[in-house]
Amino acid sequence: MFRKCDITGFEVDKRGEALIKVNAVFAVIFFLVAIIAAFFLVLTRHPTIHLLPPHLYYRFLTLHGWNALLFWIIFFEIAGLYFGSTVVLNSRFSSPPLGWLAFFLMLGGALLINYTILQGKADVLFTSYPPLKAHWLYYLGVLLFAIGALLGVILFFANLVVAKREGKWERSLPLFTFGLLTAAIIAVVTLVSGAIIFIPTFLWSLGIIDKVDPENYRIIFWGVGHPAQQINLAAMISAWYLISYLSVGGITPSEKISRLAFLLYIFFINLASAHHLLVDPAVSPAWKVFNTSYAMYLAVLGSMIHAYAIPASVELAQRKRGYRGIFAWLAKAPWGNPAFSAMFISLVGFGFIGGVTGVMIGKEQTNIIHHNTLAVPGHFKGTVVIGTTLAFMGATYYLIPLIFRRKIVLYSLAKVQPWLFGLGIAILAISMLALGYLGVPRRHYDILFSNAPFKHEFNPAMWFFWTLFVIGGVSAVLGALLWILIVVLSVFFGPKLKGPEDMQIPIVLPPQEEKKNPSHSSILCPGTLTLIFIFFVWFMTYFFLNWKWLSATWYVK
Amino acid sequence: MALLPPPENWDKEKPSKDEKTWVYIALLSCLFMFFWMIGWHIFGKQNTSFVSYKVNPMEFFQLYNSFVEKYKIGEKNGTPVVKPPPESDVILLARMWSWSPILVLEKDKWYTFHISSLDLQHGFSLQPVNMNFQVIPGYDHVLKFKPTKEGEYSIICNEFCGIGHHLMIGKVIVIAEGETPEKYLGEIKTEKNDFAEKGYFNQAGKINPE
Ligand SMILES: [Cu+2]
Repeated sequence: MFRKCDITGFEVDKRGEALIKVNAVFAVIFFLVAIIAAFFLVLTRHPTIHLLPPHLYYRFLTLHGWNALLFWIIFFEIAGLYFGSTVVLNSRFSSPPLGWLAFFLMLGGALLINYTILQGKADVLFTSYPPLKAHWLYYLGVLLFAIGALLGVILFFANLVVAKREGKWERSLPLFTFGLLTAAIIAVVTLVSGAIIFIPTFLWSLGIIDKVDPENYRIIFWGVGHPAQQINLAAMISAWYLISYLSVGGITPSEKISRLAFLLYIFFINLASAHHLLVDPAVSPAWKVFNTSYAMYLAVLGSMIHAYAIPASVELAQRKRGYRGIFAWLAKAPWGNPAFSAMFISLVGFGFIGGVTGVMIGKEQTNIIHHNTLAVPGHFKGTVVIGTTLAFMGATYYLIPLIFRRKIVLYSLAKVQPWLFGLGIAILAISMLALGYLGVPRRHYDILFSNAPFKHEFNPAMWFFWTLFVIGGVSAVLGALLWILIVVLSVFFGPKLKGPEDMQIPIVLPPQEEKKNPSHSSILCPGTLTLIFIFFVWFMTYFFLNWKWLSATWYVK
Repeated sequence: MALLPPPENWDKEKPSKDEKTWVYIALLSCLFMFFWMIGWHIFGKQNTSFVSYKVNPMEFFQLYNSFVEKYKIGEKNGTPVVKPPPESDVILLARMWSWSPILVLEKDKWYTFHISSLDLQHGFSLQPVNMNFQVIPGYDHVLKFKPTKEGEYSIICNEFCGIGHHLMIGKVIVIAEGETPEKYLGEIKTEKNDFAEKGYFNQAGKINPE
């Protein structure tokens, strides 16, 4: 049942490993679907290129949303959950048959959703706000997928219990698994909300119930939609800690504070449903203010802690190896290791683009100048794409040799891939944010209003950003396709990995502990402290700019 | 140590001075951002509304009809042009795929907007000032607006509402007291200025757009 990994020394349950593989492989397949759709979307949204006709634009947008935001990420996360609860703990998979059941439920749901969308029976976009109605098979697909994912998450908990009972861990889980535990707890709340709202919606699509209240739907739907992104957040941060550990032997400066930051997520992050309802009728400003800020931004605090702890883990390890000066640790970091570069680009991109814009879009009043503009997808390109997706891409460079036991094919291109994808998405996200500030709506086929009864002309500065949009979008698509190519070639056709000598990207052990305990009165990580200070200045600048822009609009109350 | 269990005494270890400093700075900025939002409700001029009502789409449609009938001053591209008096209630109707009526407002005067939809959800997006609000069938979204600058404004729809979503556009004209909107709209006079749009609902109260 077990094989002993000759590289990491872990005891690997082969039945669990098969499940990790199959979930990861299907994640990549759905990612490919999402990327093909994205290519057409980029070239359609540009107001003068307009590659697709309107109905196909909205259809591809629906397809892209589901495959990129849900299928790719959740299949990959299930693989990650199984990895963190079996391999990392040297433990066995609690119930492989149920693991397969979860997989087939998710797969069935995903195929059903994609099928109805491509048939043109669900042109409702990812949010499917009633009274907009799709074919009932679509809602059935959503339910199957959610139930499958819920089962997968439950198996993660079961694996932890089994491991504990069999003495594989005692008092505390490894930080990586602890982060995944956070993600899993958020996932349960999320998926249960999903069931609560999609069951009546499913019945409504069958004509069994008469009506789904559109506002109630929004409140509960975003109890799924937004926390689903917080699962991604927790999983991404776990992947950052993992990659820092594997690539430079990085250890968080304080286990206590890093774990506290994860706890803050568990307690507060599910309030974020409000982010999508800030300019809705029917919910009061008091409710909005409390919920949108996760009760005084305590979940944001969690993220700011990780934003310090991850680079600090790299800096600490590098300093122990003798790199002095403020940034020598960073300059001499293993940039040739695609997992490390992916992790670092992901970290910086998430913080500077995704995180900061998220806070400002999510403020009750400044949401007025953002809601449903292109700035919103611009923001989540900065979180779930440059953040989560790129972090997962980085983790895959370790997954291929360690789990699939293959060498990475086209390794020299793999070194470039995180840059191509990461910089592409960064340019795309920034251009979308800028277009959003000019008022350009999201999910809109024709902002020139060619066939509309009235015209509206946006600020001509938009043409500059539309050019950037295409440049960024196309580079990101190329970066993603390159990654898919590398993964598929390696996993299915790559040379078999014979042993540690075949590892192209090294696993770096933590440096030897210095004899003298570091004193707590001195500054341990001057480089990270400088970086985080630059981040803080940018954050506050962006904060006040937004209020300035808001105050230039009409008065409203 | 991300992949291995933490050291035995991990919960007793003291965090370093720089990490502690950062946590305190981060916490303070979180609290600051939270109270800023509340402060903006007191001192800021742009806030979301405390008022909304449940409304039956058919009733809302009747409100719209009588509102337009009362204040109509003309028509443009088939859409009525309406000039309500300052400080009054304004009805703005969203449906697939139009905003009506065209509103003529005076600068620096307050108007109480009632915005709702007859069919799907729509997105009220006032350009180029870039103010965005959600419009939901069955809910009267009440928003008090005070235009601060004269000019021609567009209302575009930024919530997906079907295949004609990108054709959905309306207009708001803001003028100084005593001015007329022709400067922006051109000729708007029609022979008959009475208005009653009929036939949108059938007898059972279901929408019947033709
Ligand atoms: Cu609309």
